[in-house]
Amino acid sequence: MNNIKKLTSKALFLPIFCMLLVMAANIIYDAANGNFALNFFTISVRNGVLYGRLIDILNRGSEIAILSIGMTLVVSSSAGTDISVGSVMSLAASFCCMLLAGYGTAATTELAVPLLVGVLGGILLACVCGAFNGFLVAYLNVQPMVATLILFSAARAIGLLCCNNLIVYVRNDSFKMFGGYLGFIPTPIVIAAGCILVMAILLKKTALGLYIQSVGINKKASRIAGLNSGKIIFLCYIVCGLMAGIAGIVASSRISSADSNNIGLNYELDAILAVALGGNSLGGGKFNLAGSVIGAYTIQAITTTLFALGVSSDQAPVYKAIIVIIIVAIQAPPFNAWVKRLSAKRALAKGGV
Amino acid sequence: MDNNVILTMRGISMTFPGVKALDNVDFTLRRGEIHALMGENGAGKSTLIKCLTGINAFEAGEIHVEGIQGAVVNHSTLDAQKKGISTVYQEINLCPNLSVAENLFIGREPKNKLGFINWREMIKRSEKIMKDLDMPVDVTQNLEEYSLALQQMIAIARAVDMDCKVLILDEPTSSLDDSEVEKLFKLMNQLKAKGVGIVFVTHFLEQVYTVCDRITVLRNGQLVGEYPIADLPRVKLVAAMMGKDFDDLASIKSEEAPVFTDEDILIDAKGMSHKGTIKPFDLQIHKGEVVGLTGLLGSGRSELARVIYGADKNQTGVLKVNGKEIKVNAPIDAMNLGMGLLPDDRKAEGIIGDLSVRENIILAMQAKRGVFRLLPMSKQIEIADEYIKLLQIKTASRETLICQLSGGNQQKVILARWLATNPDFLILDEPTRGIDIGTKTEIQKLVLKLAGEGKSLIFISSEIEEMLRTCTKLAVLRDGEKVGEITESLSQETVMKAIAGGGDTNE
Repeated sequence: MNNIKKLTSKALFLPIFCMLLVMAANIIYDAANGNFALNFFTISVRNGVLYGRLIDILNRGSEIAILSIGMTLVVSSSAGTDISVGSVMSLAASFCCMLLAGYGTAATTELAVPLLVGVLGGILLACVCGAFNGFLVAYLNVQPMVATLILFSAARAIGLLCCNNLIVYVRNDSFKMFGGYLGFIPTPIVIAAGCILVMAILLKKTALGLYIQSVGINKKASRIAGLNSGKIIFLCYIVCGLMAGIAGIVASSRISSADSNNIGLNYELDAILAVALGGNSLGGGKFNLAGSVIGAYTIQAITTTLFALGVSSDQAPVYKAIIVIIIVAIQAPPFNAWVKRLSAKRALAKGGV
Repeated sequence: MDNNVILTMRGISMTFPGVKALDNVDFTLRRGEIHALMGENGAGKSTLIKCLTGINAFEAGEIHVEGIQGAVVNHSTLDAQKKGISTVYQEINLCPNLSVAENLFIGREPKNKLGFINWREMIKRSEKIMKDLDMPVDVTQNLEEYSLALQQMIAIARAVDMDCKVLILDEPTSSLDDSEVEKLFKLMNQLKAKGVGIVFVTHFLEQVYTVCDRITVLRNGQLVGEYPIADLPRVKLVAAMMGKDFDDLASIKSEEAPVFTDEDILIDAKGMSHKGTIKPFDLQIHKGEVVGLTGLLGSGRSELARVIYGADKNQTGVLKVNGKEIKVNAPIDAMNLGMGLLPDDRKAEGIIGDLSVRENIILAMQAKRGVFRLLPMSKQIEIADEYIKLLQIKTASRETLICQLSGGNQQKVILARWLATNPDFLILDEPTRGIDIGTKTEIQKLVLKLAGEGKSLIFISSEIEEMLRTCTKLAVLRDGEKVGEITESLSQETVMKAIAGGGDTNE
């Protein structure tokens, strides 16, 4: 009993538990249908690349995982969410493709500028967007939701402007690589792993994590203790923009084009959900990066599982919503309190009082 | 059961992670009595009250309230209020961005026939409450427009208006000045006459002997005893709280006054000010000197210190540190010059609630080092353990969240934060507010020890006696202006006169 208590009090217990729940659903489904029970975990090599449901989840979940990193920092430091990340993704993709194809060109196989210039250009623009959001929130004290609402609606339109209202295709193998394969591993997995690793090291080796949490919990006290609260919040928004830029390049490379209207559509919601599923309070303060990342892959696992179960893509959101409701309810404090009371009552009954 | 008893708590026990917060505690409250609940920080006073009002869930024991059959278990303060138990906490728990009237009636707004809030009725009744209590408040203004003291009074007014049988006042006087305390006592006596039972938690011994009828003493989560006030003289009370005889408070300062020369000047402020809070002032502080800032609440004593520290921006004049003119734009600039500030509002500006004791202690030190030079974990642990031991901070472990500590221990953690930065100049703004008498003496001794090491301090306190014990110079403030300095013949009387104004202050 004591051991169970210790386990459940761990910060990552719930996110991992939810992940396991989704996996269990897969196993039961496979077993019930007479398939190999561990189908979900099977990884094979086909056509020289890794193949399997797990690989698919890791691959498809890359963008949300990358976004969730930035979102975690923003939520923690400013107690608000950046709802512009999906649009900024799209803008980064459009700007990158415009640079690569040249303005006004609808489709190209030859790159107009070196690949690196295009990609870094897109990412840099996303950072500028992040800085814009950060400036509004950190220095003008605009509420995060309102501040990021501006780019939420504008960024996509700016992207269309960059592309002259076209869907720009960049059918070039070097550009396709970001959404394709690096050797036999899907590149997005590598990119996401890289982003997570860099951020994890940054948080581990510097005082950034302490600063961000401190500012998120008590801005005034942090200032008195010598932290520059504004600068820290500003920085978090820039990181969030940077991550949106990287995710945008990946998403655009997958389809070899800049589809302004569809890239990153509704991704901000998934990114916020990932942070919440990770056990992080949306009220700011303490955060757990690993939780957010697990949350991001859980969301993708749900989606992939539903498709594997044969649920049509039109109806998938309904089931997804149901699962999310259950997961969020399990994590809610009143539910925990209720469970605690229940077990206390039971203990009392056993004691014979 | 005695007919007069309105509340009994029997055998209450509860544990926080790693600490037995309450161990088999009894408490009895009678009709029309003011009952002091005394004990040092962490003795379990606040925890006991939170068990009663449903904020904490206790593990064993029973609560009985007069007129209610069976044992009572409250799950929330609302629950408790419905049973006639109202509470006013040390830290004000009202909504600063709502009007006074809204705060008074929040959760029980008068409704009209359609079920909407009857604003006119609400404002009318609010005005009446304020008038009955003789408080000059415009009830349509936002709460934040008023001073902490007035906010506290409004919180009490709210509790009183809710027709309670049991009124709990948890450190209600710690942010009030003397005249306001008097008003509060008048109010308490009125309620007592009406038959309300009042639980009064305070650290001010004088106040206990002024208004209370009975005292219950707790120590380390255990009941020491319940005494009628006449049976427990002051010295015995302190001994009961501390579990030992305490050393005389008066004898901590050395007799001879130190002599300072102009070469020793560390802080030299000329004409510094911040619009709206403090008018231009001059202040010199020598190495090893403790300067007290005295004045009524809101006289600008905190604000003066904040301008020097850069918490509020200096708008005129210059600041010289060690003879060099410097510019302070933000607290970090002041910190790099060796300053530190322990703010008076512990909850809003001191603690980082959801971080651990260790993180709270090393925060300022880390801020000085910069983001890229993270203190190694082993060093963090070493520093945290050192100060937990040095200041005798009562905490389950160094990883306990600071918000789970009692107020006095939180204050010690913030003090540790600054001591860890090894400052040359430390500003302590009400460091002993809401702190028990044992810790108070410790902090005062610490101030003198730091001064002995050649460090300079500003000490701000509402208790004049405390400042007389520690300071060598007092600066007097009135209405946002520094009106004088007292360096000779420091006594309660001269200070009071200077604060009140009209009389002469030497300089």
